[in-house]
Amino acid sequence: MAKPAPLDLRRRYDVVVVGGGPAGLGAAVGARDAGAEHVLVVDREPEAGGILQQCIHHGFGLHHFKEELTGPEYAQRFLAQVTERGVDVLTDAYVLDVDRDRRVALLSQDHALAPVDAGAVVLAMGARERTREAVRIPGSRPAGVMTAGFAQKLVNVAGYLPGKRVAILGSGDIGLIMARRLILEGVEVVGVFELMPHANGLSRNVVQCLHDFDVPLHLSTTVVRVHGRDRVDRITVAPVDEALRPVLSRAWDVACDTLLVSIGLIPDNELARHLGVRLDPVTTGPVVDSTMQTSRDGVFACGNTVHIHDLVDMVSQESYLAGSAAGGFVTGRHTPADNVRLTPGANVRYTVPTTISTDREHTVYLRVQKPMTDCVLRLGDVHAKPLRYVVPAEMVTLKVRPRFLEAFHGGTLTVSVETREPASTKGAAA
Amino acid sequence: MSPDHEHEHDTAHYLCIGCPLGCRLEVDAVDGEVVEVRGNSCKRGKEFAVQEYTDPRRFVTTTVRVEAGRWPRLPVKTAASVPKDRVADVARALHELTVAAPVAMGDVVLADVLGTGVDVVATRDLPRAA
Repeated sequence: MAKPAPLDLRRRYDVVVVGGGPAGLGAAVGARDAGAEHVLVVDREPEAGGILQQCIHHGFGLHHFKEELTGPEYAQRFLAQVTERGVDVLTDAYVLDVDRDRRVALLSQDHALAPVDAGAVVLAMGARERTREAVRIPGSRPAGVMTAGFAQKLVNVAGYLPGKRVAILGSGDIGLIMARRLILEGVEVVGVFELMPHANGLSRNVVQCLHDFDVPLHLSTTVVRVHGRDRVDRITVAPVDEALRPVLSRAWDVACDTLLVSIGLIPDNELARHLGVRLDPVTTGPVVDSTMQTSRDGVFACGNTVHIHDLVDMVSQESYLAGSAAGGFVTGRHTPADNVRLTPGANVRYTVPTTISTDREHTVYLRVQKPMTDCVLRLGDVHAKPLRYVVPAEMVTLKVRPRFLEAFHGGTLTVSVETREPASTKGAAA
Repeated sequence: MSPDHEHEHDTAHYLCIGCPLGCRLEVDAVDGEVVEVRGNSCKRGKEFAVQEYTDPRRFVTTTVRVEAGRWPRLPVKTAASVPKDRVADVARALHELTVAAPVAMGDVVLADVLGTGVDVVATRDLPRAA
């Protein structure tokens, strides 16, 4: 098959989407459905789909497609929707800058440096992995230390194994999934080391990626030194005390040639910062209103660039909304402005969005600070939703219906999660 | 309780995968039949424990080598779950396999893998290298 002809770039697009991962694809579909005629998705990889292309495991799509898919399958379904709608997808391309007039500076393999005017811009750059440097592990700097997601790309897309004897720092889902992945490819995984007293990933992954293969999970333990000249030859690990400080007197060495770090994601926001949109100090992503619009008119944001999601299904939902709003912005179909501010209260780290309006239904995403069982999620005093449990690793979703706000005339609602008074024990003690 | 020599008693422990609560499940079985599940806080926990004790199954997702494709690896999955104790064998069987591009999502790359009755299928389209 011949290489497809280079895309004939227009000078002006109604909507330009920065990033062709699940967020960007969802936004492009939303923009077209809302009437934007010319939509461009820009992605730096040779093909769109983002991180889904390397997430070859199961577990995607249960909410969105009502069936369990692998990452590549989920991506391909979205790519088909984008193609059907006549969206232009420019790969091997990089957005260098978006200025205040929404002129997008594109650098691409086929077009060199090309400025494109955009009626609206959707920021969908996703996130980056935290690296060894983010947690400052002392020791030498040999080859063989890399993020779990990078190793995932090496193994699943490029076809290389990162090493023969691998240790993993961090029990986030990517780290757990890589443990199984490497074992199935014949690599020895010597253990997963987790600073916290509990695993960070889903219990499903603890069971199916570690227990199934007898991989030891060392909780309350961290890596305190990397050894090796050209290549990692061992690491030193140590248990931590209650203040999470390593107890060096109880440290031990683990022989390995590779250390994968799976210690969290950070929204990728150079463009947003450059553009001067307001960022949330907690999420580090742009502050967005209920249409996913940033503090700058006509600039929208969605997906992991706004806040880190657990499920791609939620990204798709949020991004479709962002894309529809961007489409509405360019076709002159504006949604009523928000008139209620949401403030994080007890046990709530942040909410997305930070404002809502009383005229329509909203989905509000939030994350808690600490685990709780038998609790209640409160929206000021207008709504209370009982929850069996909350954990920081699982995003909480709250549907806010207009009827909740019928009798509400204030400007601010506090969102909090509190322990529920156990009603059944009241009379039972006697 | 006095030991019962005529029947085989067994206790197994699992971590529930149903939700982030991660309940610690304890299963009592007699002669391979589950008689009691403890530690679960919902119906799904009990169902999971019984399934894990009697017939644990897993989907296998891995990659196979591709010739002349855009990428050197093709992601694949078992079209249905296979017995848990066959997972490693299935992965090993796929190490030996090479397919030729182009491939379409859903194409069977290996039928009835190791006699499990389960096909291994491609999970994406993979065009030929440009």
